Amino acid sequence: MVPVSYYVALAAILFTMGAIGVLIRRNSIVIFMSIELMLNAANLAFVAFAQAYDAINGQIFVFFVITVAAAEVAVGLALIVAIFRTRQSINVDEINELRG
Amino acid sequence: MTPDLIAFIILALVAIVCAIGMLVSKNAVYSALFLILNFVTIALFYLFLGAPFLAMIQVTVYAGAIMVLFLFVIMLLGVQTLQEDATLKWQRPVAILLGAVLFLETAYIFFARSEQTSTAVTEFRALLASAGNPESAGLMLFNQYLLPFEVTSVLLLVAMIGAIVLTKKEEA
Repeated sequence: MVPVSYYVALAAILFTMGAIGVLIRRNSIVIFMSIELMLNAANLAFVAFAQAYDAINGQIFVFFVITVAAAEVAVGLALIVAIFRTRQSINVDEINELRG
Repeated sequence: MTPDLIAFIILALVAIVCAIGMLVSKNAVYSALFLILNFVTIALFYLFLGAPFLAMIQVTVYAGAIMVLFLFVIMLLGVQTLQEDATLKWQRPVAILLGAVLFLETAYIFFARSEQTSTAVTEFRALLASAGNPESAGLMLFNQYLLPFEVTSVLLLVAMIGAIVLTKKEEA
């Protein structure tokens, strides 16, 4: 039985890496993937605590987070495609105005 | 060192190396593939934590559907490699420093303050002694969480319509 604190530490490491990825990368698709990594780290913490507290609510919440992530990815990637069509670039430094 | 702990450490190393690989890969396709491997290790962690239902969802929805969508868009736009010369030179070191601070803060909140809650934990455990899997997850989902579940379906519909409207070619 692995202590919950190990899982939480791993989740913290993965979340931090996702945050660093958002800050250092310029490719908006990779930034998006870093956000997914952060969501997953949060999910891992949820499931770890669900097991620690013997409560299934944490798992249900992860279910909802995954659904929201799926919706978010669909809309986000559609936005990236639309931006690429008008700007011919997905570098976040070049996308600095809302008007196309 | 129990077998569980050894397996955990190996999987954790794989997960962390995959995350680093995702961050440093110049090619976005490699980043996506590293992320898929990371998601699969997280699915294995879910199995360890007694959540087989979520592990399967993780593999099918995340590693399957979501990452396929990512790969589709990367290849569709042809943006595998992007010239990434940072406009702000100081951004990278500052980002890594801030990341370290974030990690230390999280570690502090979780571990330095965890002693205070030990009685609440035991009470909570006594209250919720039964945690199971697909069956109990389904029961909870369709009883206590029925409304959020239905709202989720609306959310997915909105996302679907939104994606279609956003990618639709504008008629000239």
